[in-house]
Amino acid sequence: MGERPQQSTPAAQSTVKKAIATRDAYGEALLELGRQRKDIVVLDADLSGSTKTGKFAKAFPDRFYNVGISEQDLIGTASGLSLTGKLPFASTFAVFETGRAWEQIRQTVCYSNLNVKLVATHSGITVGEDGASHQSVEDVALMRVLPNMTVIVPADAHETKQVIHAIADSYGPFYVRLGRAKVPVVMPDDYTFQISKSFTFHLGKDANIVAMGIMVSAALEAAKILRDEGIDVGVINMSTVKPLDNEALLKASSACRLIVTAEEHSIIGGLGSAVSEFLSENNPTKVLRIGIKDDFGCSGTSDELLHLYGLTADNLVRSIKEALA
Amino acid sequence: MKTQLSAKDIDELTEKARSLRIEILKMLTEAGSGHTGGSLSAADIVTVLYFYKMRHKPANPEWRERDRFILSKGHAAPVLYAALALSGYFDKALLKTLRKIGSPLQGHPCSCKLPGVEISTGSLGQGLSIANGIAMGIKMDGLSSRVYCLLGDGEIQEGQVWEAAMTAAHYRLDNLCAIIDNNGLQIDGHCCDVMHIEPIVNKWEAFGWHVIDIDGHDIKAILDALNKAETLKGKPTMIVARTIKGKGVSFFEGKVEYHGLAPTRDELEMALKELHR
Ligand SMILES: Cc1ncc(C[n+]2csc(CCOP(=O)(O)OP(=O)(O)O)c2C)c(N)n1
Ligand SMILES: [Mg+2]
Repeated sequence: MGERPQQSTPAAQSTVKKAIATRDAYGEALLELGRQRKDIVVLDADLSGSTKTGKFAKAFPDRFYNVGISEQDLIGTASGLSLTGKLPFASTFAVFETGRAWEQIRQTVCYSNLNVKLVATHSGITVGEDGASHQSVEDVALMRVLPNMTVIVPADAHETKQVIHAIADSYGPFYVRLGRAKVPVVMPDDYTFQISKSFTFHLGKDANIVAMGIMVSAALEAAKILRDEGIDVGVINMSTVKPLDNEALLKASSACRLIVTAEEHSIIGGLGSAVSEFLSENNPTKVLRIGIKDDFGCSGTSDELLHLYGLTADNLVRSIKEALA
Repeated sequence: MKTQLSAKDIDELTEKARSLRIEILKMLTEAGSGHTGGSLSAADIVTVLYFYKMRHKPANPEWRERDRFILSKGHAAPVLYAALALSGYFDKALLKTLRKIGSPLQGHPCSCKLPGVEISTGSLGQGLSIANGIAMGIKMDGLSSRVYCLLGDGEIQEGQVWEAAMTAAHYRLDNLCAIIDNNGLQIDGHCCDVMHIEPIVNKWEAFGWHVIDIDGHDIKAILDALNKAETLKGKPTMIVARTIKGKGVSFFEGKVEYHGLAPTRDELEMALKELHR
């Protein structure tokens, strides 16, 4: 797919560190893996330029399969390859991978517990101008409900690279949710990703924001503004949405009186739901869910859309103040 | 794997197919539910594959160089279970547990529960894509194993089948041989009434496949077609096997209602009499 170079969002420009799209980090991680291991194969459904699997295709043409515009076949073919001991990574846009091929993922990948890695790009509303048809705000819900499936939403490029290497080394079905737009690098240089381990930047006494994906950066910004006003708000990067880091959630919810979830996804079925489910059973705490409120996305620049749907630091600040008042 | 059939081989395989049908009927009756018609129509094809053509080791289901069989029409699980049991993958006594709580013999095949089942199926339309992936992996590894995939004729109404048809031809998967159990029936009636699927042969040819049209109950014709497929290079092969749904039991043959009905005890008794004749 022809694409012009991406503009970074103003939020991204305002940070000191560089901004990189998680899909770009994926492309690079695949190249590294391709060099390291012979068993890795990559599949795409006519979007290899956008998902960045094209880099792998160029470097390792014998280990790349483009199945054309056929997402259901994509999942089945990847499954077959895994049955011969290969390590398949199957990529397309999140809405098509998890939506069009959901049942293939359920029946074949998850029910048979195959070693298939589903890495989808163009998740959430930051897809931008293409509009709702291409913006997946339901994918985490769709994947989270499947037995055997692990769901990971990296916060930045730094974490993405580590996630891709980690899932290559871990048996089983994985769904990794990546984005199109550039996002600031927020994870510390010495950060080490571990499956099912969250990262607590700071534990707040008034509230703690549990965020995934691009919302980690917004949460950090919001927490800083609030702390400057004397409200102690912590931030946790819950990059593994399933299985959740229960221990961190218990700690965070015991430390404060409000848990805030932040996701570029529907508040139905995503991170907000997952956290609410766990806390209501284990440590009832008020949970404020920030995310897409039972709605579709629409066309606009990614920054306009983040403002329109309230996925900004400012809206987090406002909502947390209201909830604490 | 043998390629030439003697008269004795044909007799033995005919006998084996009869045994498969008997086991299918018994286990379905015991279960009280399940798919009779489509299990019986595929019995001869599955017999030739498991008891003559395929290289496999029942004592070592994961043997790397084995040929693979994907039952895309997963509702015909009883024919697969019968073939696995009679091949020695597990004790025949287990067949009685079909569809019962705790049994590895699920209503539709589950690879996590039963060794010998390559992949879980049951949702129609998905097996050919999986077979393609296996065929690709085998080629990458330089193995000479072959991949067989059995589809229903109603099943090919699923769009994914045609996605997979293109993929197999595009990647020249000549180590893949698919077979359509062309019994002319699906659940709601005749395929031609529910959703026209003809001309099947022309469709697959147009999609870039070698197509062999045979009588799916003729043991020799089945083996000849499987052998021929192995010699055809550069393309995948589709064997269109013309079959009779419910084959082997006169009062089930061609009867759409016996797609998803198990035999009653009385029907089983009559059926066994016919089969033992
Ligand atoms: C995706 C999907 N849709 C519907 C069904 C329900 N179903 C089970 S068998 C069947 C008919 C299959 O007909 P055919 O493929 O011709 O099989 P056969 O005649 O060999 O039994 C249907 C619709 C299913 N198993 N999977
Ligand atoms: Mg049929």
